[in-house]
Amino acid sequence: MTDSRPIDIVVLAKQVPDTHNITGDVMTKDGTMNRNALSAIFNPEDLNALEMAVQIKERHGGTVTVITMGPPKAANILRESLWRGADKVILLTDRKFAGADTLATSVALQKAIEKIGRYDLILAGRQAIDGDTAQVGPQTAEKLGIPQITYAESVLEIADGRITAQRALDSGSEIVRCQMPCLLTVVGSANTPRPPSVRRQIALKLAATPGEHAALRKQWPEFETQAALEAYLVAHDLRIPVWTADDIGATDGIIGLAGSPTQVHKINFVVLESTESKTVQPTPDAIAAMVAELVHEYIVG
Amino acid sequence: MTGQKSIWVFIEHTDGRIADVSLELTGKARDLAGQLGYEVVGLLCGHGVEELAREVVCHGADRVLLADHPQLAQYRTLPYARVAISEARRRKPEIFLVGGTPNGRDFAPRVASALRCGLTADCTDLQIGDYYLKREDRTYENLLYQIRPAFGGNLIATIVNPNTRPQMATVREGVMRMPPADRSRTGVVEPVTPEFEPGDFALEVLSRQVRHSTVKLKDAAVIVSGGAGISDAEEFALLRDLANLLGGEVGASRAAVDAGMIGREFQVGQTGTTVRPRLYIAAGISGAIQHRAGMDQSSKIIAINTDPTAPMFQIAHYRIVGDAGEVLPMIIKALRERSMDQREAE
Repeated sequence: MTDSRPIDIVVLAKQVPDTHNITGDVMTKDGTMNRNALSAIFNPEDLNALEMAVQIKERHGGTVTVITMGPPKAANILRESLWRGADKVILLTDRKFAGADTLATSVALQKAIEKIGRYDLILAGRQAIDGDTAQVGPQTAEKLGIPQITYAESVLEIADGRITAQRALDSGSEIVRCQMPCLLTVVGSANTPRPPSVRRQIALKLAATPGEHAALRKQWPEFETQAALEAYLVAHDLRIPVWTADDIGATDGIIGLAGSPTQVHKINFVVLESTESKTVQPTPDAIAAMVAELVHEYIVG
Repeated sequence: MTGQKSIWVFIEHTDGRIADVSLELTGKARDLAGQLGYEVVGLLCGHGVEELAREVVCHGADRVLLADHPQLAQYRTLPYARVAISEARRRKPEIFLVGGTPNGRDFAPRVASALRCGLTADCTDLQIGDYYLKREDRTYENLLYQIRPAFGGNLIATIVNPNTRPQMATVREGVMRMPPADRSRTGVVEPVTPEFEPGDFALEVLSRQVRHSTVKLKDAAVIVSGGAGISDAEEFALLRDLANLLGGEVGASRAAVDAGMIGREFQVGQTGTTVRPRLYIAAGISGAIQHRAGMDQSSKIIAINTDPTAPMFQIAHYRIVGDAGEVLPMIIKALRERSMDQREAE
């Protein structure tokens, strides 16, 4: 590893519904999702991206800033990011962002990253488990006018303003060297994300967005007034900034549903076609009879 | 340049061979173009790849845009996207289809972002149809219906892009059927000159290792797949035993892949491989739509699951409510006994 200057990294993260535990009523009439019907988790590959960022920081110095766009409760993954080693976090939330497809999402992220200003690397998970599209990373890179390395599995070197990384592809692998700043999308096999640090969890447990401050005071009655709480949060740098569409200069037509070229034409509930079928008892005799039938029909031969 | 409306297909290739998915999509584009009276155009970037253009024509293209340049010798995002973006701006295709390979999924969003157009990932079907937009009280005719399972798999969503062009979609290998090559087809091969900018070469490929996949799921006659109901590696080994006995391959649901039972290249389903074997044995696979989308055209399906309400049972021809760890050995035993009987008879 060659010595180099500190590396400033922005990590793009998403809070996603836990698609492994789906319940009913998740789609609304206009074809968007009712996220409240599901438990929400840190998108798994975004955790790999955060871990990669923290490892780069440990080696080279610099900063790790995590941005997420989502509803107010997406602040949960930002707190988790702080506990896992992020220096700064930003929540992009505004009703105007709602219903965004991948293109409109990438516009909002572009504007937010431009507001942050300086960065060497942007890291994101390869894809989010709620849509599996893998589109937002490349679309954000294009909007920012920077190159991209998708399917990144490891960083081999950062030196002289360039990053060397290995891409993991179905058909093999590729080692590429790219000028920074650039954007990487990170695959799940890249690393094992460290658990949240207990020390950081204690130090940063009060980190909250302004919208959460009232609830925080109920939880911590030792702050006698709202002002006392606010003063404490300011003094300990525990305020999670919230940016709206106006804050990042995103005009109405380019974000949210209105800025999304894709529209949902219709949603069909899945109707399973009933097939001619037989129930086979899990007994040796019944199984042997099934096998005999398959042999007879030349399915098994 | 003609005023002819067109459907484009991104032609991906490695080591002088076109990816199956690109030819499958060329065939699908041919079907769609037939309904619309459009032209099918293959976009072929590379170096010394002119002979591949003929292959694209034989599979359904009317025209191949050939960008032949040393800087295009191997896939890199920016030079390839540059060609696609500038040609698409010039020629304004109606539809642009891209294979859902890692590089296809790298390329398509970059191009869609630059063209400010909609893109739908991993479609399991493409159709042509109309779309009534209530807000504008207007019917858009002959749009591309981009059909994919949505969210959790309880639903199938039909996505359209009424106002932006091209209408872009990615499709995984094996989802569309490859048409037989028609050697009598003729088409135009039109060279295009890339207009690179210096920034397009920000990334260099230092080395590339191609692993020739030994996984032959797509063409397997028999597939024995395991899912979340397979409890450990020992039980997973039963799937291999059974697959070997049947001369088939082992597959898996996403749950089994995520649990680390087997590599991702064995995943069957919307985001894995689409298969159409003669026999598909689903052991401990509940049958989410994403999985079923990749195997529901199998000729015979045997489902084994402890949960009698598992959706897989509704498309199965043989339903076995039981534990895969107990049922699989019974099938193996029954097959072994049959082959012993046969040997004795001979």
